[in-house]
Amino acid sequence: MALPNSDQMAAIAVTRFGLGARPSELELAKSDPKGWLKAQLTRGPADQPPGQLPTSAERFVAYRDAQQARQAAQRAQGGVTAQPKGRPATPMPGQPMATVQAAVSVADATGLQDEFIARAQLAANSAAPFRERWVLFWANHFTVSATKGAARPLVGPFEREVIRPSAFGRFENMAVLSSSHPAMLLYLDQAQSIGPYSMRAAQAERARLRNPNAPKPGLNENLAREIMELHTVGVDGGYTQADVTEFARAMTGWSVGNAMDGDQVGKFVYRAVSHEPGARTIMGKRYPDTGGTQALTVIRDLAAHPATARHIARKVATHFVSDEPSPALVSKLERSFVASRGDLAQLAAALIDADEAWAPAPTKFKTPYDFLISAHRALGVAPLRPGQIVQPLNQMGQQAFSPPSPKGWSEDAATWAAPDALIKRLSWSQGFASQVSGGPREPMKVAMDALGSRLSAPTGAAITSAESREEALTILFMSPEFQRR
Amino acid sequence: MTRSIDLTRRGALAAGVSIAFFGGGARAATGDKKLVVFIQRGGADGLSVSPPIGDPNYHSLRGEIAIPDSDVLKLDNDFALHPKLTAIHALAMNGEARIAPAVAIPNNQRSHFEAQDVLESGVTVVYGSTSGWLNRTLGTMAGRKIEGMSIGAQAPLILRGPVQAASWSPGQTARGDRLPMILTDLYHNDALLSRAFASGLETAAMATMAGATMTAAPARAAAAQGGGANVQAKQLGGSIAGFMNQPGGPQIVAVSIDGWDTHANQGATDGALAGRLAYLDAVVDGLQKGLAGEWRNTVCIVATEFGRTAKINGTRGTDHGNASTALVLGGGLKRGGIIGDWPTLASNKLNQGRDLAATLDVRALFKGVLREHLGVETRLLNETVFPDSAAVAPVTGLV
Repeated sequence: MALPNSDQMAAIAVTRFGLGARPSELELAKSDPKGWLKAQLTRGPADQPPGQLPTSAERFVAYRDAQQARQAAQRAQGGVTAQPKGRPATPMPGQPMATVQAAVSVADATGLQDEFIARAQLAANSAAPFRERWVLFWANHFTVSATKGAARPLVGPFEREVIRPSAFGRFENMAVLSSSHPAMLLYLDQAQSIGPYSMRAAQAERARLRNPNAPKPGLNENLAREIMELHTVGVDGGYTQADVTEFARAMTGWSVGNAMDGDQVGKFVYRAVSHEPGARTIMGKRYPDTGGTQALTVIRDLAAHPATARHIARKVATHFVSDEPSPALVSKLERSFVASRGDLAQLAAALIDADEAWAPAPTKFKTPYDFLISAHRALGVAPLRPGQIVQPLNQMGQQAFSPPSPKGWSEDAATWAAPDALIKRLSWSQGFASQVSGGPREPMKVAMDALGSRLSAPTGAAITSAESREEALTILFMSPEFQRR
Repeated sequence: MTRSIDLTRRGALAAGVSIAFFGGGARAATGDKKLVVFIQRGGADGLSVSPPIGDPNYHSLRGEIAIPDSDVLKLDNDFALHPKLTAIHALAMNGEARIAPAVAIPNNQRSHFEAQDVLESGVTVVYGSTSGWLNRTLGTMAGRKIEGMSIGAQAPLILRGPVQAASWSPGQTARGDRLPMILTDLYHNDALLSRAFASGLETAAMATMAGATMTAAPARAAAAQGGGANVQAKQLGGSIAGFMNQPGGPQIVAVSIDGWDTHANQGATDGALAGRLAYLDAVVDGLQKGLAGEWRNTVCIVATEFGRTAKINGTRGTDHGNASTALVLGGGLKRGGIIGDWPTLASNKLNQGRDLAATLDVRALFKGVLREHLGVETRLLNETVFPDSAAVAPVTGLV
């Protein structure tokens, strides 16, 4: 397969691999597009969003305190609202003011808006956009979502504490960090899973003899299933329902510290009393009971399983190149993953080196987040307030930090290029264009700087004949080539 | 059953109602029929949607998440509806809602994504089709002017495919008409964008006519807000009805409602699951009231990818199971009991010893509605809409 010329390759590097060109980026990439991308690989951690953001444990405590303050305020008002536990309240007309303030501070304590704007600013300003896209890919692979109340304050910290530090290390390491982080343990209900024959279950049984209404704790297999199905071997990875249940038993005891755990509050804790005793057999292999490390060994084996290499290779190819990636590309990535024993920096390099990744036709339709970030980058600006990015994402169907399921956001054009979503993109583009149309560069120059050789003649003609700068920029944002990467 | 509906219609005729409607024998029997499919994403717990109050094992299996007998909305001595489904219960009392308490997709998948894929694609092989069965239904009606629409910013698989379906969600629309024209031109050679954009513009224009509510609040966020959410849910139902009432408006609509994956703390009369049911009930209520006279021409199906385990789990929730409840609603339904059989919750009847077993393939329900309500030919149902499904007989006696 012949590679495109260097102008085309530079345009592909900044749009497909990166996050859309900032004003002078194409010039930087032009002389050596592959080299420009490889220079963004690192042996260390990926970039962190700007500002001093709290740790997950700090967020956990702040959120819990805010909830308790709200409950106290409600009691003081003598009213008990039907607000479900763990959900941020929205003030309703007629609610007492103290309750309203307490409710608002619960929403603030999740830190979601602060986390999201910091992340968007990093993406909009980054001079290493491939590195950031690589992080975003892995954050979506190991999805935690703010749709789950208890996990909500930890979604931002999860990305900073799990994904960014390990995005260029070994896959196994990322899988272990992810599976044991409080955000994941809460998102997929692991924190409350109890071995049916554990000491904790026996205590609960005794309590139930005294009080039949006392809770009856037990096994929850949600995280075990998703680690297998989504994070590692994939749905065709050759496991059965019995393997899922066995893995869930092995994971019992992995939990999150609460007020009774002293300085471990909001952090990973292993509760030996909740651990299901005994050896487990998972996908044909026997795991002796080593307590908290039993599940660790299982996760390491899953990460090293051949089905995992295939699953990850296919997902990387699908995200970066095509909704229907070529088998040749998938197999190159798979071989790299196997040969390097899951070295993610080497996997990224293998992607850059694969000729199939440089097919000229842009087939990936941008997600709403990609679209908004690339429009900001084209103008060399970053969003300042959370609402500037959170509101349009809601409209376009990609709520901040809130993928609808553990599978994460969809990758395919059929999901995002829906009729209504295009109208929402147009509406946003009109508003954004009117804010930024006072910039120093002519719209045609903005278009050339953003798309390079990808700018088509019809789009160029439409921009040139637009009746205002605002209209010209809207045409650029909505052009078929800007909507794709 | 058939006899009683005939009598009802004769009664209407005798009273001088809708003479023109019944008199127009040559009129296409299904020309103005409408179908709304609600997909509950996440695996809705059928045993809470329609508690089997007559089943001796229900309370012992469910423990603290069983809906108390004193709270349920009774359908008969065997089944009830969840206390939050007040509007749907009122419909049921009027013969306009029925339950299918043990339906499932053809192959027992425990993954949400695979099961949703099978539910929406209408084929039995996971990821076996890139088009959805509602889209292929539209395809079988090529000669008739029937439009499809999904509600929400993303396009669900059930309506994806060769026929361009509309989509709509509350929120801002484009300003002016120059840009729509310029972009229509620019998308001329772009198959994906040209047809999606044209459909989007058409819907935006129709939204104005339909008075569709423009408040921008994602269903999910709204749902987390307690009482106010149900006002918005009702508005959403009303907006959908507004579209369907327009000349040339959609006759086939898909609505996704997520948040049913209740592994922990699912609650009983109140709580997480109850909140979702209240939301669903409010959307249905808004839709039914908004459709007014057209409700008699409308059938709604509410279905989920799988039910949940029969027994409460260790975190006061339930895990991925097999059969669940589907609801069939509509002004023109025939009265009747449950659709399909009840397998019971006896331990030797549970699927793999843990889930409510399926007695009805969900495709049989879908096929029954498509055949009786929309008049889709059996051959097309068996070969095109639900490929290789000749062995799955459509449910009869629904409409």
